[in-house]
Amino acid sequence: MNWMQHLPAFIIAIPLFAAFLTPLIDRINKKARNAFVLIAMAITFILTIILFKEVLEKDIITYVMGAADPTQAIPKQAAVPIRIVLEIDGINAFMALISALISLIGLIFSFAHIEERGGRFYTLFLLMVVGMLGMELTGDLFNLFVFLEIASIASAALIAYEFRRGSTTEAALKYIIISSLSALFVLFAIGLLYGEYDLLNMAAIADAIRTTGLSNIDKIALILFFSAFALKAGSAPMHMWLPDAYGEAPGAISMVLIGVTQASLYALLRICFTIYVDSMHVIFPAIIIILGLISIFIGVTMALIQEDVKRLIAYAAVAEVGYILLAIGVGLYGILNNEVETYARKALQGGLFHIFNDILDIGLLFLVASGIIYITRERNLNKLGGLAHSMKYTSILFLVGLAAVAGLPPMNGFASKIIIYESVYKVSPILSIVAILGSVVMLAIFVKIFHSVFTGPKITEYREVPKLMLASMLILAGLIIFFGLFPDVIINNVVNPAVNALIENTDYISKVMGW
Amino acid sequence: MIYNLPFITVVLLIAIGMYAIIFKRNLIKIAIGITIVESGVNLFLITLGYREGGVAPIFTNLPPNISPEQIPEKMVLPVPQALTLTSIVIGVAVLALILAFVINIYKNYGTLDANKIRRLKE
Repeated sequence: MNWMQHLPAFIIAIPLFAAFLTPLIDRINKKARNAFVLIAMAITFILTIILFKEVLEKDIITYVMGAADPTQAIPKQAAVPIRIVLEIDGINAFMALISALISLIGLIFSFAHIEERGGRFYTLFLLMVVGMLGMELTGDLFNLFVFLEIASIASAALIAYEFRRGSTTEAALKYIIISSLSALFVLFAIGLLYGEYDLLNMAAIADAIRTTGLSNIDKIALILFFSAFALKAGSAPMHMWLPDAYGEAPGAISMVLIGVTQASLYALLRICFTIYVDSMHVIFPAIIIILGLISIFIGVTMALIQEDVKRLIAYAAVAEVGYILLAIGVGLYGILNNEVETYARKALQGGLFHIFNDILDIGLLFLVASGIIYITRERNLNKLGGLAHSMKYTSILFLVGLAAVAGLPPMNGFASKIIIYESVYKVSPILSIVAILGSVVMLAIFVKIFHSVFTGPKITEYREVPKLMLASMLILAGLIIFFGLFPDVIINNVVNPAVNALIENTDYISKVMGW
Repeated sequence: MIYNLPFITVVLLIAIGMYAIIFKRNLIKIAIGITIVESGVNLFLITLGYREGGVAPIFTNLPPNISPEQIPEKMVLPVPQALTLTSIVIGVAVLALILAFVINIYKNYGTLDANKIRRLKE
């Protein structure tokens, strides 16, 4: 059997089986369980790298679930795809790579502080990874809904993991209500499209919309999809669940949750750029741009007044989502106005590169904050102080994350933000002004945190954070500095294939429909 | 008109559910609101799959009065039913999780009033 052919299925199946085997292996002992989970996650990560290389070197990969010939998307007797098709082009592979990488790092961090018998945490963790990767690899709308629900349920349970603190359950309840409602919106929209075209495959629906033109039902479905996924991605007017969820989640889960929201962002990209792009009205990218600006504004202003360290970083994450939406909106606007080469390609480059940078920067800050909370048992910024005396490495790593998130030159945040400023300026200078102001305020906020948490006289003697925590933070910091020093390497090899996949959207459709 | 009745019910169910989620303060009522919206969406999917005079796509269990030529037009594609079943199963899982959270919130806060459960305000 040629196993490379089944690569996309393995990426979803390995964490799924590992998730349900974890409680069994936990019966042996804790070390074996940890090793098992780590190996499963590492294999998944390596497979996503191989998948990414395959997509770069060859072509878009389609995989038909359960078919005799998994590469044949349309069965012989039919005119449209019937089975569930996984379809991977540049953008899917890019997102899956990010999710798998961040889950692996988050898992290493979790080993340091999750002490439990029974393996519940790791089962939920792997299920969350399944949800994320499934959303990012699938080419079928209903399958997308199922994975969206898997990711929501697993991550809600993980947010409430420290359930003896009542506030975690409050955040988790908010999260699950919001996400199940948005998932029902998605399901309703899928029902509308199915009723109209009798299709569930995204490429086939895109083809049908292309040939028949945009009907009113399509417009309603677009609005439902857009509002549901923008809500799950945490853009500003619908962001109220996000600081609670990120702030209350245990340890590294805050970081991996960014991956879950980015999977929704990916779904938004797929809906906008593949299914609807040809018949979309120009007002739509304008709405995305405005949402981006509001997110930046609300994110930084709300972050200014927070006292809980994790909530503060969560508001900064809202602002980062704003930058991504701003760049994506400008990219879509450029594509609709036929100005791909003047600024749309650049904007998309910046936006997609920022997706990667956002998760690294905010992730590093979350890890440092979780490490501090783990050691000091204190989340309030006003009560922390003088930690640099006892935690040298952690404070240096925090400085790296701070510089990256504020977009200071040697770090990766600068590399992507400068592309965003530059390309967004061509649409309207006001957009770049707001974006730059947001960065400046962000720098002010994080310098304030650094000042209040790390500097000052020593209050109590603490130990350094555990070695595994330091290791996972070091990996992130290393990636941040590498991306900052050699942005060209990453943009040419990793980001550009994804950008091309978004711009040349017909490839995705023709691969399935076979024209 | 009579064929539009299920769709009108769908709209009513979703509207009632949304009303409960947005305006009710009791967490249990919010959970009920979500299940009502979900039943609305499920009813919508089922209604989409309905064909008048259609039969289930099981060859061994065909009604006796149907001739083989009629099969392609009479048999109903079972996709909407499959979607609805999946959606119901997911809905049960979500509802169970929500209720577990509500129980834990009641233990910690001593109330189910959404206005009083505000430890996480700005």
